[in-house]
Amino acid sequence: MTLSVSHVIFVVLSATALVGALGVVLSRNLFRAALFLVLSFVGVAGLYILLEVEILAMIQLLIYVGAIAILIIFVIMVSRQLMSPQYRAWNQQRPGGAVVAVVLFAVLAFVLLSVTWPTAEAAVPQDAIARLGRALVAPDQFVLPFEVASVLLLVALVGAVVIAREK
Amino acid sequence: MALALQPVKGGVTLLSDYNFIGVFVVVAILFPFVALGIAWLLRPKKPNPVKASTYECGLETIGETWVRFRAQDYIYALVFVVFDIEAVFLFPWAMAYDQLGLWALAEAVLFLGILIVGLVYAWRKGALRWQ
Amino acid sequence: MDILNFWVELGRVVGEWMASWGLPPWAVNLIADFIGVLILVVFGVMAVIIFTPMERKVIARMQDRPGPNRVWPYGLLQALADAIKMLTKEDIIPSKADRALHMLAPILVVIPALLIYAVLPWGPRLIGQDLNVGVLYVVAIGAIHILAVVIAGWGSDNKYALLSAFRTVNQLLAYEVPMVLSILAVVLLARTMSTQGIVEAQSVPYLIVTPIAGLIYLVCAMAEANRSPVDLLEADSEMVAGYMVEYSGMKFAMFFIAEYVNMFAVAILVSTLFLGGWKFFGLEDVAPVLAPLIVFGKSVLVIFCMLWFRATFPRLRFDHLVGFSWKFLVPLSLINLLLVALVVKIPVADSRLAPWVQGGAMLLASLVVMAATALLLNRAARRLKDAPALKRIVAVER
Repeated sequence: MTLSVSHVIFVVLSATALVGALGVVLSRNLFRAALFLVLSFVGVAGLYILLEVEILAMIQLLIYVGAIAILIIFVIMVSRQLMSPQYRAWNQQRPGGAVVAVVLFAVLAFVLLSVTWPTAEAAVPQDAIARLGRALVAPDQFVLPFEVASVLLLVALVGAVVIAREK
Repeated sequence: MALALQPVKGGVTLLSDYNFIGVFVVVAILFPFVALGIAWLLRPKKPNPVKASTYECGLETIGETWVRFRAQDYIYALVFVVFDIEAVFLFPWAMAYDQLGLWALAEAVLFLGILIVGLVYAWRKGALRWQ
Repeated sequence: MDILNFWVELGRVVGEWMASWGLPPWAVNLIADFIGVLILVVFGVMAVIIFTPMERKVIARMQDRPGPNRVWPYGLLQALADAIKMLTKEDIIPSKADRALHMLAPILVVIPALLIYAVLPWGPRLIGQDLNVGVLYVVAIGAIHILAVVIAGWGSDNKYALLSAFRTVNQLLAYEVPMVLSILAVVLLARTMSTQGIVEAQSVPYLIVTPIAGLIYLVCAMAEANRSPVDLLEADSEMVAGYMVEYSGMKFAMFFIAEYVNMFAVAILVSTLFLGGWKFFGLEDVAPVLAPLIVFGKSVLVIFCMLWFRATFPRLRFDHLVGFSWKFLVPLSLINLLLVALVVKIPVADSRLAPWVQGGAMLLASLVVMAATALLLNRAARRLKDAPALKRIVAVER
């Protein structure tokens, strides 16, 4: 198998995402764990670029890094409880957790290796984003999930307001 | 790279666009390191426990360094997440808008309308007020 | 050699010279990219050197005083003097701070500011990289900046830094939504997200077509860059330099370099999105070599406006600041977006006349909306003045 540049880049980006994920789990400092999560997100965004869907990469950066990670960090920063040393990031259920993780890995590996995944032959079209936009509002495609998504967001908003007001 | 310095047109795929960005990221990451490195070489290093203590208007720090939880901050961040996602959904819509009919506008109005209801609700309940 | 197309020709000649070295094509491309990146980074740093003294001189003149005038004639090399000072200051890290995070923040804050320069168009064929999603890229990069602020505040182990970082993030988040919404309006008009495409689509500058979006974007960009009148969080008389309080020497300088690099990039963005970029009544067709100068001129105009705002308006109180964004700018930009979307769909018989008719209709509609907004605000202000609580206070004082 010849090694091409995109192979190398793929390995680098995947490593970034994996190191980030490992950092989240293994880090003792909660704030650093959040930053590792951001690293993982950035790695995934890079993978999206490798797949030539740059719109998803930008959306990933904008929403995951720019909004959700900030939300998580906010909650971490203000929860004094979480930052105190009594709260241990490693708990007593490590052996059980390890077993579950190994089993999950085995199942995923089996599925991924035994299925022949169809690869897209055509290149990403030039007007991919316009097509995506069209798909979002076309009555025979994704308009219903599009509108339901807004309802979902509304529910989240109202829920947060209600809960926060009861404080 | 369209900066007209590119003599050989390699692949014209989307991916080759990002070669330039990749190089830029590497250089952008190196730049502050270089600047800080120069500073590290040039500056005096005389550590001193008083200098290293936290700044609090010239006094000793009172209490630990933490901030009281305010639901307000969480609300703002969540409202931001909601509107951020909404804006992101609208980008592909904006790109395709040209070729679609007025019904596309109607659907977007519905989409935005639902979220505006949310904004108005949060406003009326005083969730947008920063105390 | 076509002198009118100088920059493009220069690139071509250099490119051919490099290709003649016999290196494989990917190496040549890599070197070409590298040179391009270095040029853009130099542009960014030049922004700091030019605009730091310019800002201080301009604001000083507006306040009827001379401003810095010691370094070289007219104090123009002030930035260099500041740089030397910053380089030689001792770097003090608070003892209880998280060292890695403390050092990460200044690095992380400069990177997004520099990365914006990749998609800024300097001429008809002069751009770092014309990404298909140029403007989305710019907004996404801004997200990293917010993260850097958070890390700076947290890594300083200082109550005030943390509090200030909190508020800064609140402000940045509040002003990002109207910013993205006004960019959406522009994307709707130009039908493309690439910055070069937006410039090319502007037969009429978009500031005239959607003044609302332009003004909102300007205000939000200024707020994102933490400039007055919304710079409550880093002002000297307020939170003691805010989230940067525990930084000294070059790290402190990094924050300021990032701010000015960002300011210049944003000014060029404003001129690209709303003022027509490198277009100037057809001059760019005749002499494309002048295009970068046109871009520079327009961005200097925008920066001057920013400095003007800073020298003129008093600072907004923090709760006014966020309230202004969420309760006023967000609804206004949503209305503007719907307005633009509606007007674009109006059928025009003669397609050649379409941009002008639609532009005119949109301008008219925008003016109507602005007038209506002003009226509403007027009524709200009058109602506030007559509020019973206020009357009681006034009565007691009398």
